[in-house]
Amino acid sequence: MSEPILRAEALGKNFGGLAAVRDVSLDLSPKQIHAVIGPNGAGKTTLINLLSGDLTPTTGRVFFRGIEIEGHALDRIARLGVARAYQRTNIFAGFSVFENCRLAAQARRQPGIRLFRPALAYRDINDAAGRAMALAGVESRATDRASDLSHGEQRQLELAMALATEPQVLLLDEPLAGMGPEEASRIAALIARLGADLAILLVEHDMDAVFNIAATITVMVDGAVLASGTPQAIRADAAVQAAYLGEAA
Amino acid sequence: MSARLRPALLGLGLIVLIALPLVAGKFGLDLAARIMIMAIFAMSLDLLVGFAGMVSLGHAAFFGVGAYALYLLSPQYGAASLLVSLPVAIAAAALAALVIGLLVLRSSGVYFIMVTLAFGEMFYYYATGARWLGGSDGAYVYQRPSAGPVDLGQGHAFYYLVLIALAATYALLRVILRAPFGHALRGIRSNEHRMRSLGFAAPRYKLLAFVIAGALAGLAGYFDAAQFGVVNPELFGWRLSGSVLMMVILGGMGTLDGAIIGAAVLVLLENFLGDLTTHWLLPMGLFIVAAVLLLPQGLTDPAALWRAMRERSRV
Repeated sequence: MSEPILRAEALGKNFGGLAAVRDVSLDLSPKQIHAVIGPNGAGKTTLINLLSGDLTPTTGRVFFRGIEIEGHALDRIARLGVARAYQRTNIFAGFSVFENCRLAAQARRQPGIRLFRPALAYRDINDAAGRAMALAGVESRATDRASDLSHGEQRQLELAMALATEPQVLLLDEPLAGMGPEEASRIAALIARLGADLAILLVEHDMDAVFNIAATITVMVDGAVLASGTPQAIRADAAVQAAYLGEAA
Repeated sequence: MSARLRPALLGLGLIVLIALPLVAGKFGLDLAARIMIMAIFAMSLDLLVGFAGMVSLGHAAFFGVGAYALYLLSPQYGAASLLVSLPVAIAAAALAALVIGLLVLRSSGVYFIMVTLAFGEMFYYYATGARWLGGSDGAYVYQRPSAGPVDLGQGHAFYYLVLIALAATYALLRVILRAPFGHALRGIRSNEHRMRSLGFAAPRYKLLAFVIAGALAGLAGYFDAAQFGVVNPELFGWRLSGSVLMMVILGGMGTLDGAIIGAAVLVLLENFLGDLTTHWLLPMGLFIVAAVLLLPQGLTDPAALWRAMRERSRV
């Protein structure tokens, strides 16, 4: 196994008296899809928030390519190449689909302040936005307002924006939720393809998709890691079956 | 406004302003200059309010810094050098905005409004007590600045310099709003958290917008002091901050043309209502209430104007 690109070491997050995440360690390897599953309230989204910098961990550390991320500034982590797609769609509702993706591409390619050349004259940014829209399947809606998209399409846009930042690490929080079955399988296939180039952390409730595309699965219950391993190992794990898969099956 | 109509109207407005000295008398030109100065001020605030989503109630602080800079740079009974005093006034306002911006940009929303208001009032109260600034009575700028053959006290030099400043301000803001910077500002206004999560260092963008807006407000204040030949603490005060915010809202936030129109409408109303009645604030207030109710998008939104008229005619 190659050197992990993103590593969480004994991460913990308390909200008041509630320990939402407890002592979670996790390695994300390049070109691999690492799924995190678990019942509602298991702390999956909180874990993503800790890795993306949306939240600052109470305990534990995060390393990017072996270097500790200190301060956990959201924008700094993003500039390192860690992109995030939110579970609750978090887009620029009043802007066009293209502008949503263009801003994301601008964040990657021109993170400094550029005052004079027109934004639309940056061809490379436009192209990166276009590629991301095409990948996520929203290019036909490029000129529409993001708020006019259906819920499922907004989920695709959310993914397109993450892709437009050309990340090395992709944190996906239930990317398939709210999509029609056809789109869901298309996006699942896309995620599987992206996994050939990127390190992906996938939180998802669609178990078929997870077991199909993930190389590693971590099961969380009550904020802590219950088990971690290959899909086969997880499927065979008695504790996992008792705690989680059993309910769904 | 439609894509074709706007450049046509802008060009027409520019031609009218260039030709105005041929037909208008002193009163008309002074009034036009006043409108243009307030338009520069309103556009500077619109950069913050309309594009970056930062509602400042202390923007007059920078206007006042520009005005007082001219006073301080003018020899007692002589004229300041235009080439020195103008850039220094702008730089002083920019510096003030940088320092205040570093402090106020830690807050947002209602808190931002209150904190900017508080800073404006600090400047106001400081100026009322500071003898070197003329105290609460203010001080005179006896002569308008000049530079070689250009004397702002002579002929139409002042009027045309203000016109050039207006055009330059408009052009500058258009350029930066079309650049990645302007797109990022709109993104921050729409969803700052998401901008940060995409990798934008949002605080830096906001600070730069605050400094640019402060510098341009200083430019307007400089011309204000030059036009009236007097500075006083009111130039820092919340009343002026409030009226310029009103101009921006009236014209339609987030459109530079709107800021110009809002400035024109408010200055004209102030002038003519002030002539008609000493209680001019009452009809002024009524007008503003009506405008906000009927045209929530501002006076530059003709579609809304049309809708409002149609609904009226149906009643």
